[in-house]
Amino acid sequence: MTLVMNRVLRHESILGLLLVAALFVLSAQSPHFWTTDNLLNQGRLMAEVGLIALPMTFVIVTGGIDLSVGSIFGLCAILLGVFWQNMGMPLPVAMVCAVIVGAIAGLGNGFIITRFKVPPLIATLATLALYRGLAEGISQARSVRGYPEWFFQLGQYDTLGVPTQLWILIVFFVIAAFILGFTTFGRTTYAIGSNEVAARFSGLKVDRAKLLIYGASGLISGLAGVIFVSRVSTTRSDMGTGYELDVITAVVLGGTSIFGGRGTIIGTALGLILMQALKNGLALSGVKGDGTIVVIGAVLIAAILVGNLLSRDGD
Amino acid sequence: MTVALQKITRAAPIRRWKSVFESYGQELVILVALIVLFVGVGLYNPRFISANNLTSMFVGNAYIAIAAIGMSMVIISGNIDVSVGSLIGVLGTIAGTMAVNGYPVILCWVVPILIGMAINAVVGVLVAYVKIPSIVVTLGMLSILKGGLISVTGGAWISGMPPAFMIAQFRLFGIPSSVYFMVVLTLLAALWMKHSVFGRTVYAIGGNPEAARVSGIRIQPSIVGVFTIHGMFAGIAAILFATQLQVIQSTVPPNLELTVITASVVGGVSILGGTGTVIGSTLAAILFAAIGSSLVFLNVSAYWLRAVQGLMILATVLADMARRRRI
Repeated sequence: MTLVMNRVLRHESILGLLLVAALFVLSAQSPHFWTTDNLLNQGRLMAEVGLIALPMTFVIVTGGIDLSVGSIFGLCAILLGVFWQNMGMPLPVAMVCAVIVGAIAGLGNGFIITRFKVPPLIATLATLALYRGLAEGISQARSVRGYPEWFFQLGQYDTLGVPTQLWILIVFFVIAAFILGFTTFGRTTYAIGSNEVAARFSGLKVDRAKLLIYGASGLISGLAGVIFVSRVSTTRSDMGTGYELDVITAVVLGGTSIFGGRGTIIGTALGLILMQALKNGLALSGVKGDGTIVVIGAVLIAAILVGNLLSRDGD
Repeated sequence: MTVALQKITRAAPIRRWKSVFESYGQELVILVALIVLFVGVGLYNPRFISANNLTSMFVGNAYIAIAAIGMSMVIISGNIDVSVGSLIGVLGTIAGTMAVNGYPVILCWVVPILIGMAINAVVGVLVAYVKIPSIVVTLGMLSILKGGLISVTGGAWISGMPPAFMIAQFRLFGIPSSVYFMVVLTLLAALWMKHSVFGRTVYAIGGNPEAARVSGIRIQPSIVGVFTIHGMFAGIAAILFATQLQVIQSTVPPNLELTVITASVVGGVSILGGTGTVIGSTLAAILFAAIGSSLVFLNVSAYWLRAVQGLMILATVLADMARRRRI
């Protein structure tokens, strides 16, 4: 146990050092980087990916993966517009309904994975296509605009001087860190990832835990979708395309093993901040958006490469 | 004696059919689905089975079937590649750029294929020797290739390629060359996978890596080999993709990787590895193209196509899981 803790702590301290170094280089490169405005704005921009990264950490700790989060994100964004504008629901009800649909979509993933024993990779690859297809089919490429002013409080304005969605991210972060680190459910999650058969024979409710985790993944993706609509003031069916990559990169960069059984929410937060700092720093030094995707991809591969080499030394 | 002989001769064909169905069940199901689709939609709207529509359907999708051959091999070996769409986009752009700049046509065809093999060999090494799961390597590769392509080209259109370069537009007996490529490559790959040592190795690795290792199969070089060959098929697919129209848009065709994976999985390649054939994946690619085309003739919005794609993967995978449990 202490060995495991040591390894986890080691990864996180390496990551922390890397983050400090990155922040140092970036602030030396551009005077705009280390300003309160820029930092808060970066917090606003990373809230959606950050939110989804929390349940994704649970998913990957169980040894699974959820590729459908970007599609659920897009589907919920579309449905928010449809519920509100086409079906005439009051906006708050529409928001709740959109998030509920996200939870149902996530439970759908969990159901396919636990009931039919389909590997999570393939199950969520199929629902990635299915949920995005539903978003496209329902929206027919029409966008919904004209939301009332109060709705933008969620995504565009500040509460107590900090972007509203950053508060939401912090609250969920604390909840997720508590559940994974200090509850029976958290221990169950690690147990499933370390050895699912052993967890089952120890009497843990493996299927129920997985169902809840994938459901939470869908629910949070839906919530992030609603926040995103509030941030950009419009609804389109291609929203969130490729988000799964950002989210998985943040989680894996944060030291969560892709094979399951290992990882922490703090690590995910560090990975997320490092990734956002990279994006922002590259943008400030004049690299265009597409160039940053290249760096993220390379960072994802490099992170696991280094992790594998290190862990082989440790064994 | 005579009675027994009669029994045997009468029973034999049935048994043969049974074994054909057992080993090619999924392929037959797709074939039947294809026939039903062509007859059904053809009756509803005869223009669906006009030579014109069939030609454009095959020419526009043959490259997907060819990419799905390599993808099937990768999935049979127990891996996956989600970067193939980006790779085809990059290789097609390289081919087009070379052709416009006046390189010999042969080089314009061969060099992208070699680059594809080299890139995927790197992927194979990362998967086999560094032991990074293929999903992670190829997710990273997807964003490297896609981001790299768009930042270099800005998504510009390439046009003015010499006619000699346009291999997908060549015709023999009135049939476009892409169709020949699709049929010949599928048959060759199917025979190779079924009868060569390498093919059997790939099945063995996907079926049970531990047993394969204990039987003395060198797993790591074989995995690198599978990814390299997959890169070759992606290269050929990219050449056909780049030469089918007079212009190449130097971006990644949207959702191409998903379409290719769908073809493989729906074609009967089990996502758990170890089973499936490339004939199935080609049939599934044709089926998917036919479904896309029939939506137009049935007056259904093409925006539903992706939902149909998702349902198809899901249904096939669930059927596969159900079949495995019964066995």
